[in-house]
Amino acid sequence: MAMDAEDQIELREGVDRETIETVQAMAGKYKHGWETEIETEYAPKGLNEDIVRLISEKNGEPQWMLDWRLAAFRRWQQMEEPRWAMLSYPEIDYQDQYYYAKPKSMAQKPKSLDEVDPKLLATYEKLGIPLKEQMLLAGVEGSDEPRKVAVDAVFDSVSVGTTFKEELKKAGVIFCSISEAIREYPELVQKYLGSVVPQSDNFFATLNSAVFSDGSFVYVPEGVRCPMELSTYFRINAENTGQFERTLIVADKGAYVSYLEGCTAPKRDTHQLHAAVVEIVILDDAEVKYSTVQNWYPGDENGKGGIYNFVTKRADCRGPRAKVMWTQVETGSAITWKYPSCILRGEGSQGEFYSIAIANNAQQADTGTKMVHLGKNTKSRIVSKGISAGRAQNTYRGLVSMHPKATNSRNYTQCDSLLIGDKCGAHTVPYIEVKNNSSRVEHEATTSKVDDDQLFYCRSRGMDEEEAVALVVNGFCKEVLQALPMEFAMEAQSLVAISLEGSVG
Amino acid sequence: MAVAQAKQDALAARLAGLSLPQGGWSAPARADAQARLASMGLPGKRDEYWRYTDPTTLTAAQPTPAALFDAGDETPLFDGIDRVRLVFVDGVFDPTQSDDPAAAGVEFLSAGADIHWAQGLYGVLEARGQTPVARPLAALNTAAATEGVLIHVTGRAARPINLIYLHKSESSDAILHHCVKLAPGAELTLLENGPAAARFNKVLEVEVADGARFHHIRAQGRDHERRAVTHIFARLGAGSLFKSFTLTANGVLTRNEAVLELTGDDAVAHVAGAAVGDGDFHHDDTVFVTHAAERCESRQVFKKVLKNGAVGVFQGKILVQPGAQKTDGYQISQSLLLDETSQFLAKPELEIYADDVKCSHGSTSGAIDETALYYLRSRGVPLRQAQSLLVLAFLAEAIGEIEDEAIAEDIRARLEAWLGRHGG
Repeated sequence: MAMDAEDQIELREGVDRETIETVQAMAGKYKHGWETEIETEYAPKGLNEDIVRLISEKNGEPQWMLDWRLAAFRRWQQMEEPRWAMLSYPEIDYQDQYYYAKPKSMAQKPKSLDEVDPKLLATYEKLGIPLKEQMLLAGVEGSDEPRKVAVDAVFDSVSVGTTFKEELKKAGVIFCSISEAIREYPELVQKYLGSVVPQSDNFFATLNSAVFSDGSFVYVPEGVRCPMELSTYFRINAENTGQFERTLIVADKGAYVSYLEGCTAPKRDTHQLHAAVVEIVILDDAEVKYSTVQNWYPGDENGKGGIYNFVTKRADCRGPRAKVMWTQVETGSAITWKYPSCILRGEGSQGEFYSIAIANNAQQADTGTKMVHLGKNTKSRIVSKGISAGRAQNTYRGLVSMHPKATNSRNYTQCDSLLIGDKCGAHTVPYIEVKNNSSRVEHEATTSKVDDDQLFYCRSRGMDEEEAVALVVNGFCKEVLQALPMEFAMEAQSLVAISLEGSVG
Repeated sequence: MAVAQAKQDALAARLAGLSLPQGGWSAPARADAQARLASMGLPGKRDEYWRYTDPTTLTAAQPTPAALFDAGDETPLFDGIDRVRLVFVDGVFDPTQSDDPAAAGVEFLSAGADIHWAQGLYGVLEARGQTPVARPLAALNTAAATEGVLIHVTGRAARPINLIYLHKSESSDAILHHCVKLAPGAELTLLENGPAAARFNKVLEVEVADGARFHHIRAQGRDHERRAVTHIFARLGAGSLFKSFTLTANGVLTRNEAVLELTGDDAVAHVAGAAVGDGDFHHDDTVFVTHAAERCESRQVFKKVLKNGAVGVFQGKILVQPGAQKTDGYQISQSLLLDETSQFLAKPELEIYADDVKCSHGSTSGAIDETALYYLRSRGVPLRQAQSLLVLAFLAEAIGEIEDEAIAEDIRARLEAWLGRHGG
């Protein structure tokens, strides 16, 4: 690499040497594809009422929770799997899955992180998610001010530990696994669970409602600004196991919290199912930032293996001036079906959605957002960057709806797609419904290929083609990368480069 | 997939009300269309492709009666243009009011021959247009149409052909099916105007051979209670040009579908629409453009001005097939909502399987620009006139798609008169 002056230019462009070095170091392979050898306890294969009862029992749940699950299960049996997305995959056999898997060492719930099986701790260590409180997330060492991030780590079906619990408690923030919350804070869970994504919302959310095993729960009380970022890290380890986590975040009046979510899985030849639900309740003047780096195993170059990712995420801005911001970097999964949404109910509430979706090889992504404007003076903004390479199909699907009473509201949508290679596809399917005239809705979408002039420029300065593409793509995604918290921005940038490995030349 | 019983019953009821033509050169195409229709069923409210428009009155066994509209002494549209006039009254050709069709080389669907050039076109493009989205009302048309024109143009047509649709019976239910074939290098301007019937189902199939040019300008009546579903199916050869513009001024229900397929390199297809609605008005533009060749250009420009509960719908799609490199696809759909009660519903789609392309779409919706209005008023322009000016400016991009200036002027005048009657 060349002179200092040039390096500085690169840094200003938001893409640094590290990105390129990481690409080289990792040689473009999925780096989380290893498996932890650990004894696992499974529930019997298949899905029926007994499995639902078993999951509930394993989690030590009260009767109301079991009833809630069973109601969802009965409902699910009546439902049909949605097929409207631009995704093609073979029929999923819902009976050929394990719905509950837990490391045997977790049979007795550890009282503190010190008691957690070292193998599990080592797993997260290797993923760059240390479950020790004095440490920071990988990638930010050396920054001037050490930043704390509390982590809830979910391994297959159970939460293995949550860091910084005590410190958060002092601030009044509750951050624990959802199974613990059901036992410890039943009133809060009962009040909010299913209030944003009802049990019968859609096929996958209903399945999740019946069989979710764990996930995270966050409650930030009135007026509290959460003192650190919260993070959940999901790891699927066991074979033939579906992961169904449920996250519930409640930001009371005037509260603020930034939440990060990451996920990985080992390389396997068979497809694995992941159907999560995330519900966010935001009351008056509160704000929630939810950032995801989705890096499930995408399958190999020929589409063998990989996670089927069917996720329902929704935020409900219930109070005036409530604010939510979804940021997602979707690089993994064989199939992605995910539409983080915002219900803008409170007057003057705001929703933002920033997304990068990368599909390479045989990956298929159908993702986007819904902005449902119900209250007056509500605002939303959508910035979506889709990148297709290899033989992948990438679809943006979104809805912007202005209800008659949502007067003086505003939406701006920008969907850009980038194609790398002539075997892939990029699609845009926005729905725009405007039912009052004082609101303004603007939608723009473009599709283009990586600009030859930009590539030529980079190449003429001595970069090889892959480096050049990574640089140009990072520039294309800049608006979204900038919306990510620092911890994730670093990871996301290198992921963008890695995900596109092998897509040129 | 089996068609649900309710849909089968609805189809049987619809077909029972029609006397299907028998025999002749078009018989195989009709039989084929009927079979396709049986497997698709008529569209229903729950069909994704009819998400924003309720097809019930279009599929019902009987048409909803529509009061006749008296345009008074208004000059008929296109009157100042030297053209061949062919008049249809409630969907039936009326030679007494028409110019001589034979002199202009126009034949009719009812042509009694057993072999006809139109066999290569009638129902052919319609059938191609049934995938990936089913369009049952077009299949119904192919199966049941008894009237329509067949135009084979081999050179440059001397005069535009004007199809004039008069509405004289309150409960008329018209089905027309036209075929236009342009030989390589040929050129034709087709004008259409009038409300046609209480319920109108029209299909226009256009084959534009290499280097041919086709201009289509239509005005779908005005202030009539009519309900209409129309389809244009066009296939474009290399270096050909297709341009279509539609003005819709009121009418209870309109669904205009355009299904364009660019099969030859360097073809150009533009489809545009200006719709103005006041009150009981539901207007749906549904466009599907397929790029199947290299270096083609497509443009969709749709503008709607809505008030008093009027509803505007736009569903547009650009599909770029693998290998259709250097495609330039553009799509814009905009609506101006003049009051609180009007609605705009849009689904602008891109589906792209080639990498060296430039495709974009934009969609906006909002009220009239208060600053612009204030500017005009501060210069002494009365409110209504200022609004009218801004509305015309908003629609200008769509009208600009008409190449012939005299025709564009006629459309503009018609629009201005309508705005004058409907309060700016």
